Amino acid sequence: MADLKLQQIKKAFGDHIVLDRFDLHIRSGECFTIIGPSGCGKTIILRLIAGFETPDAGEVFIGDTKVADAHHALAPEERKIGVVFQDYAVWPHKTVYGNVAYPLEIAGLTKSDIAKQVHNALALVNLDGYEMRFPYQLSGGQQQRVALARALVMRPEILLLDEPLTNLDANLREEMRFEIKEIQKATGATILYVTHDQEVAMALSDRLAIMDEAGRIHQIDTPEIIYTHPIDIFVFKFLGISNIISIKVSEHFASVKIKDKTVELPFVAPSSMEGKEGILGFRPMDVQIERKGNSADFPAIATRVTILGPIVDYLFDFQGIPIRAQALTDDALAADLILEPGEKVFLSVHEPKWFNSEGVTQQ
Amino acid sequence: MKDLSKSLKKIDVSTVILIFSILILVVIVAVPVLLIFLTAFFENGKFNIAGVVKVLSDPNTYNALLNSFIIAAGTTLLSTAVGTFFAWLVARTDLPFKNTMKALFLVPFMLPSFIGALAWKVLLSPRSGYLNKLIISIFNLEKAPIDIMSMGGIIVIESMYLLPFVFLQVEGALERMDPTLEESARISGASLFTITRKITLPLVMPSILAGALLVALYSLSHFGVPSILGTEKGIFTIPTKIYERIYASGGSFSAIRVGTILATILVISAALILKLQDVLLKKGQYQVIAGKSMRPVVLKLRGLKYPLLIISFIYIFITIILPTVTIFLVGGLKTYGLPFQLKYMTFDNYLKIFQWKMTKDAIWNSLYLSLSAALVTMLAGTMISYAIVKMNFKGKFILQFLGVLPYSLPGTVIALGVILTWSGRFGINLYNTAAIIFVAYIARYMAFAIKSSSASLSQVSDSLEEAARACGATHWQTLKDIVLPLIRPGMISAFFLIFLPALRELTTSVLLYGPTTRTIGVAIYTLNEDGETVKAAALAGIALIIIFVGETLIRKFLAKLEQRAVRVKEIENVAA
Repeated sequence: MADLKLQQIKKAFGDHIVLDRFDLHIRSGECFTIIGPSGCGKTIILRLIAGFETPDAGEVFIGDTKVADAHHALAPEERKIGVVFQDYAVWPHKTVYGNVAYPLEIAGLTKSDIAKQVHNALALVNLDGYEMRFPYQLSGGQQQRVALARALVMRPEILLLDEPLTNLDANLREEMRFEIKEIQKATGATILYVTHDQEVAMALSDRLAIMDEAGRIHQIDTPEIIYTHPIDIFVFKFLGISNIISIKVSEHFASVKIKDKTVELPFVAPSSMEGKEGILGFRPMDVQIERKGNSADFPAIATRVTILGPIVDYLFDFQGIPIRAQALTDDALAADLILEPGEKVFLSVHEPKWFNSEGVTQQ
Repeated sequence: MKDLSKSLKKIDVSTVILIFSILILVVIVAVPVLLIFLTAFFENGKFNIAGVVKVLSDPNTYNALLNSFIIAAGTTLLSTAVGTFFAWLVARTDLPFKNTMKALFLVPFMLPSFIGALAWKVLLSPRSGYLNKLIISIFNLEKAPIDIMSMGGIIVIESMYLLPFVFLQVEGALERMDPTLEESARISGASLFTITRKITLPLVMPSILAGALLVALYSLSHFGVPSILGTEKGIFTIPTKIYERIYASGGSFSAIRVGTILATILVISAALILKLQDVLLKKGQYQVIAGKSMRPVVLKLRGLKYPLLIISFIYIFITIILPTVTIFLVGGLKTYGLPFQLKYMTFDNYLKIFQWKMTKDAIWNSLYLSLSAALVTMLAGTMISYAIVKMNFKGKFILQFLGVLPYSLPGTVIALGVILTWSGRFGINLYNTAAIIFVAYIARYMAFAIKSSSASLSQVSDSLEEAARACGATHWQTLKDIVLPLIRPGMISAFFLIFLPALRELTTSVLLYGPTTRTIGVAIYTLNEDGETVKAAALAGIALIIIFVGETLIRKFLAKLEQRAVRVKEIENVAA
């Protein structure tokens, strides 16, 4: 098994610096995801590891072997890495069998060994029986599985996946997501997965790294910790829709300035925020809606209620501040909370997050 | 895994490709062009603009320049007007037999224009033209009513054979135009005439202009028609003047120098035309011309339907059938000038074509030169396209520039450049050998190869190659197993795109041929020059048969290839 290390990497295209003094360590055998908005350089990281790009400065290690620095680089074919591309990159002139067998043919295996291993790899991605088909006879999801089988057939210690699910429809995406997880368990390979889809990242990863447009990593941790303890406002926002309110804290309580009016919010701020401006954030799902309130709650008026299947999406107005909330449809039905616009309810927020004016999470 | 330091010792495939690409373009294209410019502007090692002015102000050269531009302008106007009309007729009216007509209007592509010119000279030359004689006897005239051997004649004949360029462009644009644009004008109450003038015409204007510029580019550098119809009457154009100078002086340096000055003007004009076309095409097309085919509004011709059909048939009869039949009939005459009666006809001339050494050589030369040039140019063009499309390196723009250079080099210019380069200046003398024609063909058709290969290479997504590298294939294995199989259809069509025109080439080879290295085009041309009209026609007839059979077979073959390529493309669409 092999771990992956990027040390002090610099990469620029012309004047555009994509990565600068970039460090990353991916442990052996883990499923690691880099998630970030498009154009943040996450694909470049993958390409640097695969050997399709060379760093301007810094070093890339696979296990104990240095595979690239500013002066030398091992060719991609010498790195023994499996790669799955966003556009599948299944060779249109080869059959499914031909595609998956190609790495083994290059490695010079005997015909019978090739047949056996291709068969195993196709079984792993549930494509047995498709050997003699050409890619144009396959659906997008099947082509993607061919690409996966082709990357796996060499039993690589490292598997790189570049947004492999982006071009699939929602059902297929979910199916493939679990399949990749299963395959990782079965093969034990180190997986680096690059995506902008936070749902896939959360479902798949042992650890994930969240990157911003400037190519800077904000947080690396397990999905649970990232979700429960986002290190800053960028990470918090990235993981889904949220209520973001600019506030000023005085005497423990947050207040918001709307036009010329100051609205007091019933939230107790952490002491480190005392007397400062900052941001309050909470997720729609963390908003509790009640017909009757107690002292900690704040009254709000429903302005929009939409049933999105299993969840209900609300928009409330609290003294001019819009607040987004969500509840499970079954719970809302049970509590008689399918509201009409204009109805008055009481809201409370479970564990709101506080950020200082630099966006760093405050406890 | 290998150690990092070991990877340095291998020879890198991309470096090899890069070096060869630059080498080929420099030797085949850049050096000849540079030598033309140097010869034109430098005399005895000194920059000499006065010499250039002196050559250009000589009435001989000056008139050739003027004629070239008049002929180019006239041909462009005439073929654009007529071509646009027929394109509209076929695309936008209920003219009967549309598909047949569409195919027929493109047939002149197959007919080499110098063979057409030869036929028209036989029919309409003022002294002995068969058609002229016929008209004189019918109407009892004093002298021939039509003199084809004039500026007007050259313009009309050239227009006939360049018309398909305009027809193809405009017809395609008219067919792909979004019909809702015209329908909405119609709903607004505009009459059909107004719609055509105010909506349709402006929308297809970029296509019309693109076709027109293509015609201008070809007719400016065209040798065949003006030399067959004009030279005898003292009408010279740039290409025919260059030829006349070089042959009159037996290839003296001063003649070559005049040639290079004229050639420089050709190159500059061609570059300007291409630049103009590029600008037009970029801002043109407006996006109203959709890629997919839609059903356009069709104008009902009513009473004009059959008159217009008859006009179209007459046009096709005049441009295709009449000259072709003439060539075969003249080729069968016992002596030129005899009337077309069975007792004066013989089949011997055709058989003799395969017995005379000169014509036998010519057919053989054309066949192997065009086959080998097509093969080499296609391979070299594929390699150069790969470097341009797929590789990243410093100074790529130099290669890109060298790669588009062949587009703006008319055949005459290439011939001159090749003479300057391969006549012993660099220690290699190919003059009067077949090799010099071979080298010139590579330069002449490099643009075709690069264009065709670039198109198919840009459809091969980079990730297909990267996937192979990640699978353990070296760069060379990736090229062999992935890239080449995927672009093979493009390479094969590039081969034929070069082979077919090279087979009937005249403009370049006429400046380069030696005693034993005539091509078919040169043989027909020189036979005609020597007054052997019957032999010229017989050889032309055989050339027409070779071209026609070749084109038909190849078209069928390419259509089959296309079907396979479509299958491959389908999956690219799924992936995208």
